[in-house]
Amino acid sequence: MDLAYTLEEETFRTEVRTFLANELPKRLSDKVRGGRNMSKGDIQEWQSILSRKGWLAPGWPVEYGGAGWSVTEKFIYEQEAALAHAPMVVPFGLNMLAPVLIKYGSEAQRAHWLPRMLRGDDWWCQGYSEPGAGSDLAGVRTTAIRDGDEYIVNGQKTWTTLGQHANMIFCLVRTDSSGSRQSGISFLLVDMTSPGIEVRPIITLDGDHEVNEIFFTDVRVPVENLVGEENKGWTYAKYLLTYERTSMAGIGQSRAALGWLKEIAQREKANGVPIAREPLFAARLARVEIALANLQTTTMRVVAAAAAGGAPGAESSMLKIRGTEIRQEISALTRRAIGPYAQPFLPEALEDGHNEEPVGPDYAVPVTPTYLNLRKLTIFGGSNEIQKNIITKAILDL
Amino acid sequence: MDFTLGDDRQALVDVLGRSLRERYSIDRRRAAAREAPGHDRETWGQLAELGAVGALFDTGRGGFGGSPFDVTAVFETTGHALVGEPLLPVLMAGTVLPDDTLEAVIAGERIVGIALYEPQSRYDWRDVQTRAVRNADGWTLTGSKAVVTHAEAADALIVSARTEDGDFALFLVPTDSAGVEIRGYATNDGQRAGEVRLTGVAVPGDAHVGGEGDADRAVAIGTLAVCAEAVGIMTWLKDATLEYLRTRVQFGAPIGRNQALQHRMGEVLIEIEQARSAVINAAAAFGGDDAIRDTALAAAKYTIGTSATRVAEEAIQMHGGIGMTAELELTHYAKRAIMIDHELGDADHHLGRYIALTAEAA
Repeated sequence: MDLAYTLEEETFRTEVRTFLANELPKRLSDKVRGGRNMSKGDIQEWQSILSRKGWLAPGWPVEYGGAGWSVTEKFIYEQEAALAHAPMVVPFGLNMLAPVLIKYGSEAQRAHWLPRMLRGDDWWCQGYSEPGAGSDLAGVRTTAIRDGDEYIVNGQKTWTTLGQHANMIFCLVRTDSSGSRQSGISFLLVDMTSPGIEVRPIITLDGDHEVNEIFFTDVRVPVENLVGEENKGWTYAKYLLTYERTSMAGIGQSRAALGWLKEIAQREKANGVPIAREPLFAARLARVEIALANLQTTTMRVVAAAAAGGAPGAESSMLKIRGTEIRQEISALTRRAIGPYAQPFLPEALEDGHNEEPVGPDYAVPVTPTYLNLRKLTIFGGSNEIQKNIITKAILDL
Repeated sequence: MDFTLGDDRQALVDVLGRSLRERYSIDRRRAAAREAPGHDRETWGQLAELGAVGALFDTGRGGFGGSPFDVTAVFETTGHALVGEPLLPVLMAGTVLPDDTLEAVIAGERIVGIALYEPQSRYDWRDVQTRAVRNADGWTLTGSKAVVTHAEAADALIVSARTEDGDFALFLVPTDSAGVEIRGYATNDGQRAGEVRLTGVAVPGDAHVGGEGDADRAVAIGTLAVCAEAVGIMTWLKDATLEYLRTRVQFGAPIGRNQALQHRMGEVLIEIEQARSAVINAAAAFGGDDAIRDTALAAAKYTIGTSATRVAEEAIQMHGGIGMTAELELTHYAKRAIMIDHELGDADHHLGRYIALTAEAA
């Protein structure tokens, strides 16, 4: 029993901290910390810094240009990057598609797409959900019909995160409707600049444009963009989802957000006393801090088990459930902390170059939009109810 | 990071767990709780023989363990078997005892309990009204001690008192001393405890065995131990409830097919894993700064206080009518899980402590 990192892991952590201290532009970390909107350029700037260091694809095998990090090293990096307020890395290509290509793709696909990801040539988005296939992903109805050396794709995808910036999308498409719903699905890579593709923004309840609808009308896709075998896409999709969930505990993000909340709770005062010392608020704060400390160790236990060879399976569903609840609770407490200034809606103040006098404390503007935006956490990546269904089958055996 | 128990500890846990499964039973526990001494001497002898007592103390003091993770390993195992033996008072008293007395305790020959709390003190062991008056032959103790776990089983008790100078002091008091009166009773979780009245109890000068720092260490290790015990109990409750959900048929199907119950069991599972992590955090916080240790302990006891109660209540609810019966073994586990919240500070008490400790640190 030893909670501490080994000497090697501690050395690695120091290396990560040094890198972040030297290479993460303050302009970017200030924006992340302050809850400002990240532009496409901001994200690309950070990704190119990571790429130069060889840390853009830490989990990939070294032969494909990855850093070959262990699960423990990845965990350490994620913690440190979040605590340093580093921008997010767009995960769709690097963390989701890439593992599928490495395991199921052709040599040609790997040779073509993986280096492009590392160079930042492509911006990938995820074409999974449809209006009729949310948590019930096997309900995809977008069709791909073979026509010579091409597929013809028709249908609609939705909730496509940052699809407005993307030039490539990986899609689940239906290639056969005769058997079970799962058996007729294929995994297809589609060029977003193809004729017949239309991207429409979805404005979410926080007023932000983060997600999109994507319409496909007779879009022609070369057959070499099929990943693996036709009608085997469900297997690849599920494999991808295990990668999506492993980092969903969001321990690093929660720790960073909690640190920020505690600062705000010292600055916000009621009757001249910081609300951090107001008994009811202090109790709420303490509860979530304790839950987070517990979850951090629960996550480390799962990571340690994975490092010892046990693949993180349904345990990652537990981490997703509690981790997202904790992040939401922190965002809700931050909203409570700022009191009446949770009300003004000032989206322009979150953009670059905004110079007007702030309304209320400068830290207040993004708080309610962030709280609203994070309602997504318990819905996406398999809603928390779906995660409980997974736990029911895989762990509880009910 | 290493979350394995290690070979020696794993071996102890395996042997102890197997022995308890084979030789201990809920019937034995029930029979023992009916009257004084309130525990099963044979089982206690086995625990000592198997090393469960010795594992709680370090080699320098005649034991062969003594690390916080040794303590959690033993208590999680005895919790899982719902052992109603005086391990907790012995652990706490043992941190204070002189080495020669501890030797007899580790051998299973003597049982020493601990009486820190009083009728007015609630969960604040520093609130002591028992008086210790110095005289030529030693000390005279007068006062009342509340809900002393396994008091009737104890050959002696570690008793807290205030001296005439107001100093906090711990005394070793044989329970057969003149002026010691124990009013024993059953507890709601099927064990025994007692109210202890001390009326002019004379003890020799060397009976003064410790001070406030010693009591603090005893409470700290005891808190860790009951938290680990609760993890063992919760794990048993979860497994028994899952088994029931698989086998109890209503409306033509096992009740575990109902999503309403499945999702609540998912929550139970997460609560238990979080509780287990809280115990690991607390155990790992020993051996350094006391404030860090106490913060982690407060977090753990708060976590356990909420989760053990929840798991117990869910287990009863999911069993339906049978979950209301004294006959069912599960209800005894549930009651112990709930009563742990009333030992060494409940969830609210420890949340308050956590807030105070973290405010000091900030």
